[in-house]
Amino acid sequence: MTYLHDIGKYFLMIKETFVKPTKGKVLRVLIFKEIDDLIIGSLGIVAFISFFVGGVVAIQTALNLTNPIIPKQLIGFASRQSVILEFAPTFLSIIMAGKVGSFITSSIGTMRVTEQIDALEVMGINSLNYLVFPKIVAMCFYPFVIAIAMFLGILGAYIAAVYGGFTTADQFLTGLKDDFIPFHIVYAFLKTFIFSFLLATIPSFHGFYMRGGALEVGKASTTSFVWTSVAIIVTNYFITQMLLS
Amino acid sequence: MIEVRDLKKGFGDVEVLKGLTTSFDKGKTNLIIGQSGSGKTVFIKSMLGLFRPDSGKILYDGICYSDLDFEDQRAIREKIGMVFQGSALFDSMTVEENIMFPLQMFTKMKKGEMRERANIVIDRVNLENANHKLPSEISGGMQKRVAIARAIVNNPKYLFCDEPNSGLDPHTATVIDNLIQEITEEFNITTIINTHDMNSVMEIGEKIVFLKEGHLAWEGDKTQIFKTDNEEVTNFVYSSNLFKMVRKAQNSQ
Ligand SMILES: Nc1ncnc2c1ncn2[C@@H]1O[C@H](COP(=O)(O)OP(=O)(O)O)[C@@H](O)[C@H]1O
Ligand SMILES: [Mg+2]
Repeated sequence: MTYLHDIGKYFLMIKETFVKPTKGKVLRVLIFKEIDDLIIGSLGIVAFISFFVGGVVAIQTALNLTNPIIPKQLIGFASRQSVILEFAPTFLSIIMAGKVGSFITSSIGTMRVTEQIDALEVMGINSLNYLVFPKIVAMCFYPFVIAIAMFLGILGAYIAAVYGGFTTADQFLTGLKDDFIPFHIVYAFLKTFIFSFLLATIPSFHGFYMRGGALEVGKASTTSFVWTSVAIIVTNYFITQMLLS
Repeated sequence: MIEVRDLKKGFGDVEVLKGLTTSFDKGKTNLIIGQSGSGKTVFIKSMLGLFRPDSGKILYDGICYSDLDFEDQRAIREKIGMVFQGSALFDSMTVEENIMFPLQMFTKMKKGEMRERANIVIDRVNLENANHKLPSEISGGMQKRVAIARAIVNNPKYLFCDEPNSGLDPHTATVIDNLIQEITEEFNITTIINTHDMNSVMEIGEKIVFLKEGHLAWEGDKTQIFKTDNEEVTNFVYSSNLFKMVRKAQNSQ
């Protein structure tokens, strides 16, 4: 029951986020700040993880290709498919639920327990619009982060496969272009876009409606990570079911 | 003047405010006193509209707050200043930015004008050399001054303070109390202060409302409070040894 109640409250929160907007000038500054915190601030870790996991995907595929009938170009093909379809959009979004998500929950939660949200409300501000809307807008740039992740993941795979001596550059590149279905890109970015919305709003919900003190802020961050991940995984399942099968 | 009529507020099954009726006068420091947990903060926040009352009315100079739509409520909020218990300064903004923030929200002033106005109130609360510091870089007493400056920067008609001297040493606490009282008289504001500090009661208790477990148990002023026979009030007032001694001395005279 409480789950249903919370889900209802979540959708009401989203509705409230888009009404009674804060002054445009103020909002613009907030949006740039969020882009800096949420997007630019995540580039480093995303680049690092993508590059190395891409490399590992290529090595794993190569090591499991023991049957000589299977052509070596499968390494390029498999790396591309796994990086573009799941690794970059889904796996990285789970990591972002930890990084961006707990940052959002703890920063909004701290404002809640120190009454800064009440202070905003007293100044006639719709605090949900002030706090959450800029995060939603900033997270619209999240698909660019994932695009970079895809590129670096495949680059990592290429370097690991070719310089690791598992395949030649030609073979890898042929595999990379093999059976390329443009719709897969649409699918990957569509779900990334939905994840970016979940990543901005679910952690905000957990921060905004929390009560208590510093200890509860910590707990709320953990809960928020769990629920954001669950939402991403479930959404991923249904989108894949609907669009690819 | 702020009038409260039969205000009730609860959370879930717990009733916190059990029907409060009182009024707070203009140009005076009105105190709400009571033990921790008696509902003082909930009372103030219900008046501010931060909590939606379950029933009852709040009238700001005759206008019922809860009957208004968002824009008209906003017009009243423009006239409200609030000093929160922990100051509630925005920690990503400097002192000056914090104080300019209500102006940014409510007025069309240019940056220069806002800064000028901010510096007038910064002088008024005796904040020196702190304009460009972050809230985390200044002391608790200074944070309180910033909070007061932020609350009065837009010339409010109503000023609310939730335990303005909690966490401060006795000297600073008195200075802050007196500052609030001076401002109240100077600008003819309706000021409402939550406190459980008997020193504040003696210093600035022009009107006192005593809350006990969500009921309004007693009303009066600072001279009456030391004379009343109301047992709930005397238990609160004479809970400290210092005041017990004061009473003994009075009785033996
Ligand atoms: N948001 C809330 N949800 C549920 N209970 C609350 C909430 N805020 C306050 N309370 C309860 O209301 C009672 C009065 O609290 P409060 O007004 O903060 O007391 P005071 O300010 O007098 O110390 C307390 O028992 C507290 O637990
Ligand atoms: Mg309180």
